[in-house]
Amino acid sequence: MLELNINGQTKQVDAEGDTPLLWVLRDTLGMTGTKYGCGIAQCGACTVLVDGNATRSCVTPAESVVGAQVTTIEAMESDPVGAKVVEAWVAGQVAQCGYCQSGQVMAATALLKATPKPTDEDIAAAMTNLCRCGTYNAIAAAVRQAATA
Amino acid sequence: MNIPGTDALLGTPVSIPERGVANLSRRGLFGIGAGALLLGTMVRTRPARAQGEGMAAVAPRPGTQVPAFLEIRNDGKVRLLSPFVEGGQGIATAMAQIVGEELDFEPANFIVDCAPPGADYLIVNGRRLTGGSLSVRSSYATMRQLGATARNLLVRAAAARLDVPEGELTTEPGRVIHKASNRSLAYGELAEAAMKLPPSEVASLRDPATFRWIGKPVPRLDARDKSTGRAQYGIDLTVENMLQASVVHAPRLGQEPGAIANEAEVRGMPGVHSVHKLPGAVAVLADSWWRARKASEALNVTWAEGRHDRALPADFSSAGMLATLRAEKGAGSPAEESGNLAAAFASASKTIEAEYDAPYLAHAQLEPPSTIARFNGDGTLELWMPNQAPEVFQELAAKEAGLDASKVKVHSPILGGFFGRHFTYDAAAPYPQAIALAKAVNRPVKVIWKREEEFLRDGLRPMGFVRFKGAVGADGMPVALQAAAVGEGPIGRYFAANAPVDPSMVEGIAGKPYAIGAKRVDCVKLRQPPVIAFWRSVGHSMNDFFYESFLDELATAGGKDPFEMRLAMLKDSPRHATLLRAVADLSGGWKRGPFDAEGGKRARGVAMASPFGSEVATIAEVSITDGEIQVHDLWIAIDPGRAVNPGLIEAQVQSAAAIGLSSALLEEVVYENGEPQARNFDGYTILPHARMPRVHVKVVESGAALGGVGEPGVPGVPPAVANAVAALTGQRIRSLPMSKARLGSA
Repeated sequence: MLELNINGQTKQVDAEGDTPLLWVLRDTLGMTGTKYGCGIAQCGACTVLVDGNATRSCVTPAESVVGAQVTTIEAMESDPVGAKVVEAWVAGQVAQCGYCQSGQVMAATALLKATPKPTDEDIAAAMTNLCRCGTYNAIAAAVRQAATA
Repeated sequence: MNIPGTDALLGTPVSIPERGVANLSRRGLFGIGAGALLLGTMVRTRPARAQGEGMAAVAPRPGTQVPAFLEIRNDGKVRLLSPFVEGGQGIATAMAQIVGEELDFEPANFIVDCAPPGADYLIVNGRRLTGGSLSVRSSYATMRQLGATARNLLVRAAAARLDVPEGELTTEPGRVIHKASNRSLAYGELAEAAMKLPPSEVASLRDPATFRWIGKPVPRLDARDKSTGRAQYGIDLTVENMLQASVVHAPRLGQEPGAIANEAEVRGMPGVHSVHKLPGAVAVLADSWWRARKASEALNVTWAEGRHDRALPADFSSAGMLATLRAEKGAGSPAEESGNLAAAFASASKTIEAEYDAPYLAHAQLEPPSTIARFNGDGTLELWMPNQAPEVFQELAAKEAGLDASKVKVHSPILGGFFGRHFTYDAAAPYPQAIALAKAVNRPVKVIWKREEEFLRDGLRPMGFVRFKGAVGADGMPVALQAAAVGEGPIGRYFAANAPVDPSMVEGIAGKPYAIGAKRVDCVKLRQPPVIAFWRSVGHSMNDFFYESFLDELATAGGKDPFEMRLAMLKDSPRHATLLRAVADLSGGWKRGPFDAEGGKRARGVAMASPFGSEVATIAEVSITDGEIQVHDLWIAIDPGRAVNPGLIEAQVQSAAAIGLSSALLEEVVYENGEPQARNFDGYTILPHARMPRVHVKVVESGAALGGVGEPGVPGVPPAVANAVAALTGQRIRSLPMSKARLGSA
């Protein structure tokens, strides 16, 4: 049994300690907003915040986040920075297939929490998640928009 | 003579055979029948519902039955059962715009779901598929009429309810209004009565001059759900009491599982329910997917040679395939022929030859494939699975399960990208595994392919190879162009195995608009062993790269500027000439370069393409840093005839530009010893954010017939980039991806 803090709530989780956080979220807790894309930290679809840092949950053992604050896409609309990012994503019509966008929103939120006024270089360095629909220009524009909101 | 491309084939109405596919042998599925199945030609025509009283049931014309499409609810919403699956292209929003315009109902208040299989939904020229950039242009008239018919029913129901003549009633979004008595009724209050009325054949359409939503950049209906994690894809779904399955496939297609050395040990791993041998794979069922995956990766399976129809030879390699294509010098069959080629070459002042090739590509959509299968107590099988053709998957799933198709319920969730991935390619979908497992354990089963399995069993964009010979006259203008495309395309494999010309091999080479005195394009068919597939823009994805690059080689041979030469060759084709000028204007006026810019020298290249009923002109600006191509800007002018949603069109062109550039610069599926070498995104590189250029889009509405918008942005990008690189470096790239080329700096 692992005790995890997810979006401010304590959850008792019945899973092996080496189970990736991604699958604890998706399968054990039924929180499917965080996506599986590659399983090897290449695509970033599984990005969550661990103590505020963008983290690829597909290679993060659940036992390694015991005692940490895990934040997922499900909490973004009630997070002051996350809400701005979500609004910018909607206003900018960023999503196409949308499968990568939970991870993109999380990466953008982590960036803006650490760097509220990012330069284009900051955005390029932080927004490394893959998008097969090629929404990258809309993503960058939405990050800039959220930074001014 | 002119052979149509993929578009003409898919875009042509077909008569639907009055028979199902139940009697086709499995081998038959790989023959010409498979193509029909693949794209939904041979769906059985069951009556949608009995019509009239005492008469034999007659199948209504697809797309005419309002209750099959619309649920007008009391909560101010309308649920639309769309014939199309939403996979990012925005078709759900476009359908809400088109239907809403005529129904008189705000698009934003629609809930759009993909319709189940059914004869009512066969509205894509008598078929049903989401692909070929066909959705809006094939259904526009049908869906407008459907909305108008529904509005007419609501007005007539209101006339009865208010006891006034129909002619005194008007509508405003969501309500029927009787001005004279200052009364009104919400659509939701009228729906039940309205749906009982016989539909009018002649419900009138709105004057397009009064359109409020068609032609406007109406926002996507799914923007918020896709920005908050609420959107549910197939991989996110669960059903009660289900087990989860992870599979390991044979490393080479055609092998079968033999002994499992540690089966008992694997069965004892945490959460594991059972281990199953399947055709070409072994599956582990467990109470969670991660436990199933861990156990499946612990399996020690001996793979034996099988007797699979599509078995890959043990020595198959992509390098060997390219050598085979190069070595094939057969004449082939003409796909396009005009003028006297021999005479044109004989009198030309300069003749050049070149060979071009492009590699196998993976779809690499971000959502890995999954399927949930559940056998219900009433004898039905229910499936939740990604697909671009529900009726086709229904027929094939019914065969797998040994059921009549009417007993198979198909749910088509939104897709986490598709790009041609989710047709019924051989061994490329998890639904047969989910069905077999659910049957074996008598419980619902969800199969998810881990990314490594997806790269192992994805159907491939075929390898392409074209041999060109061209000549310019004394004035430097092209006078002769000969091309031979060698290989195989998905239309040939799945639709027309015996036809001499495979349209998907020559589209983008045959039928180009340029005036050249003598032309000949030959199709030289040569089978490719892998499972090949449709991939965003199909043959155009590489053929326009080949042709437009070689056209620039002819410009160089004739001492011509490639833009001015194209313009001169299009002087009798105003639609193309206008578009070419439009993209030049968009880029601030044509300049080829090299020219000085921030960070060093840059140059521009231009290309045109005529894919899927639309016209596209593209300009790219590049520089070279440390031997690596940097694309700074892409200017793309697209003429789809008319724009139903300019916002969605621009988004699709941005997206197409990204995948086109990704294929040009980076992507390549390499096979050795019958196995793909890359099994994840660390080995198969797709365009990252850092390499995305600025993309400037102009939508030109020429008023021509509606063309597609999802794919047409792709094919102009690789040649525009290659032509810019040649302008900058003098080096002509004739083999993709460009990352293989060793480029000197400018």
